[in-house]
Amino acid sequence: MNKLPSISNNFQVRGIVLLIGLIILFTLPFYTPIYTSIFLSAIFMYIVLTSSWAMFSGPTGQISLATAAFFGVGIYIAATLGNKMPLPVLVLIGGLGSAGLALLVGSLTLRLKGVYFTIFTFGLLELMKFLLLWFEITFTGTRGRFVVVVDYKTVYFIMLVILVLTLLTSYLIRRSKYGLALQGIGEQEEAAEHIGINVTLLKVATFGISAFFMGATGAVMATRWTYVDPYIAFNMNYSFTPVLMAIFGGLGQFFGPILGAIIFAYLEEILITQFPYYYMLLFGIVMVVSVLYLPNGLAGLVQKWRSREAGGEHAHS
Amino acid sequence: MLEVCNIDTRYGKVQALWDICLEVNQAEIVALVGSNGAGKTTLVNTISGVLRPAAGSILFQSERIDSLPSHAIVELGISHVPQGGKVFPDMNVRENLEMGSYPIHAWKQKAETFEQVYQLFPRLKERRNQLARTLSGGEHQMLAIGRALMSKPKLCIFDEPSYGLAPLLVKEMFRIIQNLREQGITILLIEQNVHRALEIADRAYVLENGRLNLQGNSDELLQSDHVRKAYLGL
Amino acid sequence: MPILEGQGVTKYFGGLAAVSDIDFHVDQGEIVGLIGPNGAGKTTLFGLISAAHVPKPGVIKFKGENITGLKPHQICRQGLARTFQSVKIFPNMPVISNVALGVHFGNSGQVTSSQAAEKAAKLLEFVGLLEMAATPAKDLTLVNQKLVEVARALATNPEVLLLDEIMAGLNSTEIALAMELVSKIRSQGITIFMIEHVMKAIMSVCDRIMVLHHGKKIAEGTPQEIATSKKVIEVYLGE
Repeated sequence: MNKLPSISNNFQVRGIVLLIGLIILFTLPFYTPIYTSIFLSAIFMYIVLTSSWAMFSGPTGQISLATAAFFGVGIYIAATLGNKMPLPVLVLIGGLGSAGLALLVGSLTLRLKGVYFTIFTFGLLELMKFLLLWFEITFTGTRGRFVVVVDYKTVYFIMLVILVLTLLTSYLIRRSKYGLALQGIGEQEEAAEHIGINVTLLKVATFGISAFFMGATGAVMATRWTYVDPYIAFNMNYSFTPVLMAIFGGLGQFFGPILGAIIFAYLEEILITQFPYYYMLLFGIVMVVSVLYLPNGLAGLVQKWRSREAGGEHAHS
Repeated sequence: MLEVCNIDTRYGKVQALWDICLEVNQAEIVALVGSNGAGKTTLVNTISGVLRPAAGSILFQSERIDSLPSHAIVELGISHVPQGGKVFPDMNVRENLEMGSYPIHAWKQKAETFEQVYQLFPRLKERRNQLARTLSGGEHQMLAIGRALMSKPKLCIFDEPSYGLAPLLVKEMFRIIQNLREQGITILLIEQNVHRALEIADRAYVLENGRLNLQGNSDELLQSDHVRKAYLGL
Repeated sequence: MPILEGQGVTKYFGGLAAVSDIDFHVDQGEIVGLIGPNGAGKTTLFGLISAAHVPKPGVIKFKGENITGLKPHQICRQGLARTFQSVKIFPNMPVISNVALGVHFGNSGQVTSSQAAEKAAKLLEFVGLLEMAATPAKDLTLVNQKLVEVARALATNPEVLLLDEIMAGLNSTEIALAMELVSKIRSQGITIFMIEHVMKAIMSVCDRIMVLHHGKKIAEGTPQEIATSKKVIEVYLGE
């Protein structure tokens, strides 16, 4: 067998590349224009939303459309408590609030199968929206609130930290026995239950963890919108887009959702500025083409290319 | 009736069948035996159009069928009962059977065929309003075979019809298969229970590792040393 | 005290009694067979023991403790494992991961990844599948998939193993090997309760046999007694 020594497989080299990349990212705002930091913050946001979505929905196959709900909870917590607490605390509370919501909702609904679960999570989004509207109308008499302005550098750094933590958590879960168990649950839930896996606990816990990062992201990115109300904070765009990004990137590999988020977020930024009227159409076309021809996403394509490089065809046994 | 010539079948890049030739004549019962993984299911899936052969040809009543889609092959009169007898879980027994009559020529004679199938499998008649999902393993098998019969086939392919059946039912099943032959249906049978298969079949083919190893009359094969050692545990 | 027993076990699905007022027991170290016509309720009974369903009414006890109403994963952790009639392996995972999952979450306490892999490899060797360790489970033949299920069940370190028709679809040679495997498992100290239709296997390997029909227990005894029981012959064996 032909084993080409592939540098990219060398563990140490990978580690060093990663470190260098992180250092570059952390020092970026000091020598690039403001727009770059803002642009990158948005991309980080999408990577986190996509990765944390994929943390649960990837292996289990239960498609959640509640991402925007957890994201929105984070936004609203930052908007409400913005002038009372420092941003890092807000981020933590935003994350915990969303996680709490996820644990509650998860324990009630995770036994729903297939499309019923998906529809219910979408319903959660609408529910949160109208709950908050009702609350505001009834109790505070106001509609929406202004968000405390935070400077772009702080947003960038906090977002980067959240990104690193999310990817680290996702990677560790994936490599642990729990990651394998989640995959087992997705492939054959009854069998998983019978070999000692506490399916409900694992699903709810993972759902909660993924929601934590979504909420934390919402809290730090709230400043993107100077004014939020329930409609703005709970925007279904943030439920659907991460799903599309993850599928386009490919759910089979760890870097799949990350790749998908980067490309799509970048595309979105470019397309919005250059083709403001057509960007949605172009987006749609890209989606259709990728679903038709890239069933395993971009990551699947990369895997195929890699295994071809590594030495020819592998037969099934 | 059925002529399979020099068939190669692949799964992606992996070859599963090499140069298979077999034939089934009108009103015969032909058995296909071999250990698990030998390629029996692959072969019948190739015949019924689920898989496309990489080389070779398949003729049914002198017409080539190897490039036809499965539903066209069913219309021509070949009925295939897959291993494990796949049924429609959320339909009841009656609806499952009805689905079998989908081909046009069978649909017209639906009522009559229903009666025949219910006579063969009284248990199905009892449970005709029951959801297929709630049937036991053996009842699934009966249902799948019943459904295959509803399409009024000329050639029936059974992949392990006795799988998971109680001994009494296994005897029943083989009796039914012989009965079907008397009614003029030709049968190609995959069966792990080699002894039983050779008892009711006229001829048999032995597949090993994707290649045809032996063929001949069942009596001859029953006497063959190789068959006795490898498959009959004697 | 039997290691596994049930009293008055009943289960209705819709209006139909799948299993009706069954008393059974399995003693430590036994191999007990469960036979009966298709639809008699055998797999349902296994489902009630492994907690896929809850008996209503009825009580199931494992090692003297009432396990009725526990969840399947809890029952597994107590030391009871099962295989499934329609094979339920994890298709896209390599064979060794299928088994390793059983080690991680079964009755073995905390295990490191390498310990799990080691035990999984040993079990694959035990059932004869070591060379397929890296193959995705869906690419195996049905027979080998059943062996993966057995290995996976054994990986959870059970004291009682429920086997549901593992011999279906096997030819005579393969049946002989399977029977050997069952004996090997028993000699490791594991009690076995098995559903089978392959009479040759049941008769030679079981200490005791229970017969179900229409959800009720109609006979119980040694293989000899069962093979000659008129009722059983009429309802199940034929000839």
